[in-house]
Amino acid sequence: MITDRVVAGPINQPVFMGLLQFTSKGIYCKQADVYIDPWKSVEKALITHGHSDHARHGHKQYLCHQHSRSILKLRLGKNINIQTVKYGESVSINGVDISFHPAGHIIGSAQIRLEYKGCVWVVSGDYKIEDDGLSGAYTPIKCQYFITECTFGLPVYKWIPQQEVFDDINNWWQQNNKEGKTTVLIGYSLGKAQRLIQGLDTSIGPILTHGAVENINQALRDDGIKLNDTVSVTPDFDKKKFANAIVVAPPSAAGTNWLKKFHPYSIGIASGWMGLRGPRRRRTVDRGFVLSDHADWPGLNQAVQASGAEYVIATHGYTNAFARWLNEKGVQASVENTLFEGELPEIKEGSNSGSTNDKTEN
Amino acid sequence: MQRFTRLFNELDQTTKTNQKVQALVDYFEEAAEEDKIWTIALLSGKRPGRSVGASFLRVWAAEVGNIPDWLFEESYHVVGDLAETISLVFPQAEKKMNRSLTYWINFLKNLRELDEDTKKERVTGAWLQMAPYERFVFNKLITGGFRVGVSQKLMVRALSKHTGIDENKLAHKLMGNWQPEAINFKQFFFSSNPEEDLSRPYPFYLAYALEGDAEALGDVNDWQVERKWDGIRGQVIARGKKVYVWSRGEELITEKFPEFHGLADKLPDGTVLDGEILAFKEGKPLSFNHLQTRIGRKNISRKVLENAPAVLMVYDLLENQGKDIRDRPLSERRKMLEEVVKKTGCEEVLKTSQIVKSQSWEELGRERQLSRKYYSEGLMLKKTDSTYKVGRKKGDWWKWKVDPMTIDAVMIYAMRGHGRRANLYTDYTFAVWDGDQLVPFAKAYSGLTDQEIIAVDAFVKKNTIERFGPVRSVKPELVFEIAFEGINKSSRHKSGVALRFPRMHRWRKDKPASEANNLEDLFALLKQYGG
Repeated sequence: MITDRVVAGPINQPVFMGLLQFTSKGIYCKQADVYIDPWKSVEKALITHGHSDHARHGHKQYLCHQHSRSILKLRLGKNINIQTVKYGESVSINGVDISFHPAGHIIGSAQIRLEYKGCVWVVSGDYKIEDDGLSGAYTPIKCQYFITECTFGLPVYKWIPQQEVFDDINNWWQQNNKEGKTTVLIGYSLGKAQRLIQGLDTSIGPILTHGAVENINQALRDDGIKLNDTVSVTPDFDKKKFANAIVVAPPSAAGTNWLKKFHPYSIGIASGWMGLRGPRRRRTVDRGFVLSDHADWPGLNQAVQASGAEYVIATHGYTNAFARWLNEKGVQASVENTLFEGELPEIKEGSNSGSTNDKTEN
Repeated sequence: MQRFTRLFNELDQTTKTNQKVQALVDYFEEAAEEDKIWTIALLSGKRPGRSVGASFLRVWAAEVGNIPDWLFEESYHVVGDLAETISLVFPQAEKKMNRSLTYWINFLKNLRELDEDTKKERVTGAWLQMAPYERFVFNKLITGGFRVGVSQKLMVRALSKHTGIDENKLAHKLMGNWQPEAINFKQFFFSSNPEEDLSRPYPFYLAYALEGDAEALGDVNDWQVERKWDGIRGQVIARGKKVYVWSRGEELITEKFPEFHGLADKLPDGTVLDGEILAFKEGKPLSFNHLQTRIGRKNISRKVLENAPAVLMVYDLLENQGKDIRDRPLSERRKMLEEVVKKTGCEEVLKTSQIVKSQSWEELGRERQLSRKYYSEGLMLKKTDSTYKVGRKKGDWWKWKVDPMTIDAVMIYAMRGHGRRANLYTDYTFAVWDGDQLVPFAKAYSGLTDQEIIAVDAFVKKNTIERFGPVRSVKPELVFEIAFEGINKSSRHKSGVALRFPRMHRWRKDKPASEANNLEDLFALLKQYGG
């Protein structure tokens, strides 16, 4: 039996006193009267990144990194009240210094640092250590209190370098071309899709995109992000004009009529969950590529160590195991329940661009 | 072992039969002769024999992976496969070596006599030479269970493409207890006059369940109808003055059934009977539980023999006077069968499965509903002109089972599944009401669609009360209709009953937990049908 909950309590009761508290609305800083990635409507929300379990509807004011601006407007509405900052830029609210730092998770993602009277907290949001060339390189931030995700917080999750994964994907794409098949690659429309698009070898063929992916691409290009050329698949789309193509589509497209027009095709999915054979076999796809935008086990441990934190709070993923492991290592750690989606390996990966924002899909 | 690892990976990556067959054919073309024999053996469920205990593997892996035992266990519950967990918690390979499949099998065989420290040194040393996926395959050599979606049928098809030998002939060759160490690929498959293994059984012909209307099967007179007995499907072989008993799982179980040993002298030489092994007393079959007392143990005591005497309920005759007669029509085989059994004069242990006569499907339907009275599971429908085929085939034979018993129950525990269902809560414990208490009475893991599993999994994760390792107790809220084939008294279960083949028949989203059945309802079924 797992009995490793050091600090625990029902989520509607603030149990951890200090600069930040876990409340029924989200992670709250009383001194600055702001919430971080809150899941109920609040006055002021600091947003780590644009995935739907972190950036939700209904807040009066949003504060996020500049590269999240267009994404939030696309997903939450053009008229939201939004302010942005650059990495490292500091904002002071009622004596609390607040700054955003690269988390390496997706474009515009940030760890949020809060300092008050010499006490420093860092909320990681979601993060990964390996630099994907798009999302900014993860930077460790020294703090006393580190609130971390641990979506892949077990030692069986160890990523291989992304270049090897992209070599595999590109080889598979070439092989499909030889066999006269279209290649369909599944990844979340915000984050994973763009990372895939940048990792593809464009000399092999053209990159086609599902509307949900293309909407995000467009928002990012509007913000000045450079992406490989893509062609949006529209209803009048003529497949014959695009020999040797690869199609990048979100998980919701798998198994739909939309895919039929690419027949014959070979379909693959890129996700951290593909590291395990069980989920790999469950997916009815031809290939599973192990590629995640979350930190793996060595990455989580590296981040905790680099933060120098005295106290770690795990919010989503294999939280109990990770907290117990840290406690045994001499780092005080506990678990807090949040509405961040850590344990949804089946449909979504950790945080996601899943159903809540799929109204952008055609 | 890299070629074999690649084969395994290719088989694992696809669910398409043609691609699997092609992967196997390619492998057979390229692999060394001795590796081929081992590959066939491994994919047929044979293994080199255990040289290291699984509990040692866990401890060593945790130690070399530098993680505490509890974290290894936690990982194992998520991965759902020991061999895979070990392969993943490990550091990257130091230096990669490529040895053949046969090399590693001999390596494992040679471990058997060694002391624990030396075993540990060798096994962990081997792990460190391998890439994770090869390490996984290597671990499977130790732990067994190469479940990679390759049926015997599929492998036979690939082998047939490779060798040019007829599929049925190959299937027969692969039955029985051949030893991969002792044979050579060419000799085994190509020698013109192979030393026929006297004990070798025939592949079983299996029926699909009949779905839909029996009327659609045409004229009722074209069908031979028997009762479907609930025991162990088996073959009794009398050749060379010896008798051999095989189970459908291709296990030689002669020793477990001394009742049949006397048949060596009574049955004519070269006789193979297909039937159901049943525990049988005072003119009627006993429940499957009784039969279980016969298989689970090494030594069959006199008391067990007395409590659960075995008979063979004979269905079919496959070999008569040394001749394979599987291609003769059932009606002919049946006649010969009746003669053989009659001549043997061993009614004590050989019973011919009776034919259920009727004028119409409607009448048979009523007969089917009476199945439980006869301690049977339903009816078997066999075309009178059917040959005895290999494996599960549609068309000529059907099982027409009686509708299962059902009870509405509340899910109270959930456990993570294994293999394909790893890291999903797929195995559930169900309870019925006893006053205001919920009493667990059955576990079930099958019957839901993939979508339903995902929905229940999400419910479990959101409604966990307590965690006990891989098990979670959950809010008693979801109600399922549990279907089962039989019910028996049991002192080992808290509820006092044991069910046969419980599974989820339906998710009763329309019912609140308070409207689930209670213990009295179960006892009423026990009283009516229990054995």
